[in-house]
Amino acid sequence: MSKSNDNAAPQRNQKTIADIDVPRVATEDMIDTGRLGSPGQAPYTRGIFEDGYRGRLWTFRQYSGFGTAEETNDRYRFLLDKGSTGLSVALDLPTQCGYDPDDPMSSGEVGKVGVSLSNLSEAEILFKGIDLSQISTSFTINGTAAIVYAMYVAAADNAGVPRSKLTGTIQNDILKEYVARGTWIFPVRESMRLIADTILFSNEETPRFNPISIAGAHVRDAGVDEVEELGYTLANGLAYVDELVRRGADPNAFAKRLSFFFYVHMNFFEEIAKFRAGRRLWARLLQERYGVSDPKALMFRFGVVCGGSSLTASQPYNNIARVAVENMAAVFGGAQSIFTCAYDEAFQIPTEFSAETALRTQQILAYESGIDKSVDPLGGSYYLEWLTDQMEQKAEQVILELEEYGGVEKSIEDGFLQAKVAESARLRKTKTDSGERVVVGENAFRAADDGDHDFGEVFELDSSATGKIMEKLERIRQTRDNTKVEESLSKLEKAAANPSENIMPYLVECCHSYATVGEMVNRLKNQWGEFNEPIRL
Amino acid sequence: MALQGKRILVGKPGLDGHDVGAKIIALTLRDAGADVIYTGLRKTPDYIARVAVDEDVDAVGLSILSGSHKELVKLTREKLDEMGAGNVQIFVGGTIPRQDYNALEQQGVTAIFTSEMPLTEVVETVDKLLQ
Repeated sequence: MSKSNDNAAPQRNQKTIADIDVPRVATEDMIDTGRLGSPGQAPYTRGIFEDGYRGRLWTFRQYSGFGTAEETNDRYRFLLDKGSTGLSVALDLPTQCGYDPDDPMSSGEVGKVGVSLSNLSEAEILFKGIDLSQISTSFTINGTAAIVYAMYVAAADNAGVPRSKLTGTIQNDILKEYVARGTWIFPVRESMRLIADTILFSNEETPRFNPISIAGAHVRDAGVDEVEELGYTLANGLAYVDELVRRGADPNAFAKRLSFFFYVHMNFFEEIAKFRAGRRLWARLLQERYGVSDPKALMFRFGVVCGGSSLTASQPYNNIARVAVENMAAVFGGAQSIFTCAYDEAFQIPTEFSAETALRTQQILAYESGIDKSVDPLGGSYYLEWLTDQMEQKAEQVILELEEYGGVEKSIEDGFLQAKVAESARLRKTKTDSGERVVVGENAFRAADDGDHDFGEVFELDSSATGKIMEKLERIRQTRDNTKVEESLSKLEKAAANPSENIMPYLVECCHSYATVGEMVNRLKNQWGEFNEPIRL
Repeated sequence: MALQGKRILVGKPGLDGHDVGAKIIALTLRDAGADVIYTGLRKTPDYIARVAVDEDVDAVGLSILSGSHKELVKLTREKLDEMGAGNVQIFVGGTIPRQDYNALEQQGVTAIFTSEMPLTEVVETVDKLLQ
């Protein structure tokens, strides 16, 4: 990888990222047109809705959040003003990992990767001027998903919004945290209990809300290929279904509110095939393994993020083109909601300018390209249908291999899955280093000097944000009714100790009394302990 | 092998949970002959410094993708120096914006490894720095 051959043509190969040999030309005999089906009919290969995007466009849902709730509220209003149709909340690591801003573990981390949301008062600031009965909000939150969801419910209660009207999503997918994202808190079994509690409570109290977004996205961004991404996601999905079934819940009911989340990287046709295969495979697995028959319960609904580790810090404006390609793949794949990364997202929080540009990409596709007008317009393509079949078969293999090992939970507790992800990531890195995987601006078509890193505006986080957050926290601690806080926390801890209690109502009560994230998590840790990360290379 | 006899600690300070980069680096340095200790997630600078001293390492590699690199590097350098390990070098990797390179070098960081850097170059750089 020398810099002297900057305009040298990169090597090309005829394989997909997942190492599938691409046929020179796909032909009719390679597919079974009988497997296509129709949009709106299980197993939904061609789409979950009969009218696709003709009925309703995908949601423009841009992930965003930093510093104080006030600053983030400003950014949300900016995004809504520019045409975003849903919110996506990025939370800082202390909030995600269950530490209050003034905990020693939070040092240096407050407000950095997302907004700091330590208690209900911050949530109320975050949604100021935003009508929770009209806007759906997605929270990328996992270890503390139940708590942030409780906060959202409490905020809606205080704003007079009926719980039945609340829409949105919490990611709430702990299994992938253990493997690729790291915001776990409790051990696996206790976390699964908490997730089941959240889903069952939500199905009753906030029936329009999605209490889980099963995300293979992060393992993909970590470095596994799209086949593994689909396989691991669905395997995790099945683990959650098993947990809920163990709790006596009916998959014909709860499966209606299970949703999924994926990355979209640059391998265009494989991405589209992945989503089509995902719909077909999930419906099949639910039917075959659990006898699910309700058509709505068989629907594979998913959101995506376009960008992530497919973007480069070098020649960042190239990322606009990348995200546009990925956005197209997501639309051809039938995603329900899309987040397009900003061109500078590889190295900073987006500026207003880059955030707006990212949103405009979606709007250009939605309103100028016409690709939304016919449902599953690429359906029937010999290549796409063949690829869809390939993805379905190979992803199912991944699921079966995990089951052979002993299941998702065991593979996580043993560190087996983590090691597999690291190995896949390493493979991707060596392929990039050798040039087998071409990344324009990074290992091909580079500038001779360091000009590849020149770019526009630098995003500066307000350095006074942390101080403000600490002050607000202190004020809440002084002004709230601390007797009530202690009462609600004790009740929470008692419920946590009892596996037949659903702890959600207790969490909501804690939030209403202005208990903090750290306080609630500490009580849960008292009863449940902490996850012991298996460290193996 | 290039890094035979060298001892390196790869650590994840703070709350960032993205560990694939750290693991790839750890595996690469190990394959190049170094003795590598990987700390796992969510370690404090204090813990990292203590393990570095206990394990008598030549260098500590910190992987940080959360934007808190300046604070965490400062704390780690202070702890190492406090414990008499002033000669232990600090390398940094992760999501490090260019405009922070100077500040990190001022804090004593001797190498910044981006995800773009080829693994062969990572080994060469570490080799040169640990001569």
